[in-house]
Amino acid sequence: MKALGPILAVVAAIITLWYAAAVPMNIQEVLTQAERGGAVVDPEGAMTRRDVSRFALVLRNTEHLSESWSMERARLPAPHQVVKELWVSTWDEEVNGRRGIVKSGSLSNRSLIYHGSITLGATIIGFLIGSGLGILLAVGIVHSKTMDMSVMPWAIVSQTIPIVALAPMIIVVLYSIGVEGLLPKAVISAYLSFFPVVVGMVKGLRSPDAMQTDLLRTYGASKPQALWKLRLPASVPYLFASLKIGIAASLVGAIVGELPVQRGGLGARMLGGSYYGQTEQLWAALFFAAALAAILVWLIGWIERRTLRRMGVTP
Amino acid sequence: MTQAPVISAAHLDLTFQTNDGPVHALRDVSLDIAKGEFVSFIGPSGCGKTTFLRCIAGLEEPTGGTLTVNGMTPDQARRSRAYGYVFQAAGLYPWRTIGGNVRLPLEIMRFSKEEQAERVKRTLELVDLAGFEKKFPWQLSGGMQQRASIARALAFDADILLMDEPFGALDEIVRDHLNEELLKLWDRTGKTIGFVTHSIPEAVYLSTKIVVMSPRPGRITDVIESTLPRERPLDIRDSAEFIAIAHRVRDGLRAGHIDD
Repeated sequence: MKALGPILAVVAAIITLWYAAAVPMNIQEVLTQAERGGAVVDPEGAMTRRDVSRFALVLRNTEHLSESWSMERARLPAPHQVVKELWVSTWDEEVNGRRGIVKSGSLSNRSLIYHGSITLGATIIGFLIGSGLGILLAVGIVHSKTMDMSVMPWAIVSQTIPIVALAPMIIVVLYSIGVEGLLPKAVISAYLSFFPVVVGMVKGLRSPDAMQTDLLRTYGASKPQALWKLRLPASVPYLFASLKIGIAASLVGAIVGELPVQRGGLGARMLGGSYYGQTEQLWAALFFAAALAAILVWLIGWIERRTLRRMGVTP
Repeated sequence: MTQAPVISAAHLDLTFQTNDGPVHALRDVSLDIAKGEFVSFIGPSGCGKTTFLRCIAGLEEPTGGTLTVNGMTPDQARRSRAYGYVFQAAGLYPWRTIGGNVRLPLEIMRFSKEEQAERVKRTLELVDLAGFEKKFPWQLSGGMQQRASIARALAFDADILLMDEPFGALDEIVRDHLNEELLKLWDRTGKTIGFVTHSIPEAVYLSTKIVVMSPRPGRITDVIESTLPRERPLDIRDSAEFIAIAHRVRDGLRAGHIDD
């Protein structure tokens, strides 16, 4: 494990930077609280301090900084506060909480596991729809010049629209025809994840060289035979590269789809935390989502390795 | 021989339209190949030897003249699976075993499962790869991969075998060995072989007929009927007869070059 040292160094650097940043970020609230507790702060009065730069405040009040990393509703909570919140809102809530799975038999609606599972459901369904659609579109694009020219530009345009602007419209439109709940979020997920799959699969399906396609011509192979025996197997490595991007995009889509609805999910948790100044909750939800994405991408990588080994492509 | 030729080309022309103007890949190429012949096409790059082979295979469309394969147009011949084609690179599918690769044309041509298994076994034995059926291409050397690709071309028992510089990428020792094997295979199967090469010894050693071609425009400058016996040990290459034929081939190639 020669790589372990550098990896730990990077992690340590990030954590150090985070702790350091928390001091100027929280200085206003720290000083206000200290002043309320009877300490003498320079300058006096929260209103006056508002016009003084954060760094100047830090330098002029070094003796009052002890609270910087333990503020409630800190502007930037310290890493250990976020870790604690992660623990409290996952294990602690489910195992010890009144509404947790141990005592009530169902996941607590205050736990990230509950919200994460809601997001995960929408992510998986959106990913399946998106990648399925992407593969079908790619097959069409490779086989038909007309589809290549008519679908590809729209697929590209679709990705230039900011999803946060589009997501509420999708939800409203689907709601008006009676579709709500999981499906609108899955649609947004699919919308984000089909594109990398289309691009990767088109490239993969076109990856066999002229010699390979000539060989099939000498056998008088039909187009479906060429697709099944040559193009699809040849595209597998490309497909997996796209699926990794696609599943991460799916998760983002599901989270964005939860923002305007506020009926559970990591997106709802994040927006709730942001509304009510529950920054620890916000950050914990963020990290939970990141971990979920990492697991999903790793899972695709694992399936990829197994598939390629089974195909015999790699030792 | 009174038999009709298996491959017959008469005044064949092929002109590619490129941005730099037309390129005459083939001009006025006439040639008859009888059943069971081993015909080599030799010439510098750009002389149209590969293009001619691709025309026979129906992979290129001539722009003039007539060409028949087994009395059909090349396209009909291709559809009736008249020939097996071996490319310069083995081009085995990395996701299929050696057996799976040889099975590929059989699957496409919808042979029965039993027949597929039987033919894979037989053709792998023919190219000395028995026992390698379950191996994947990356587990085999370049020479063995090329032998597997020959087995793939033989698997469906076409009468004609077209080979486009099949041993061009291999080192000389492997190449000598495969040349010897190929002659034995030809002897055993009685196939008609069209073989593109740029090696004079290879052409002389293998062929019953050597077609010398030259570029710009691609055309035939000489057709040499080999006087060597059918039985050819590798050391025949030191015989006076062999050297005389090689000399004539070299002269033909040089004559083509002076035209430039």
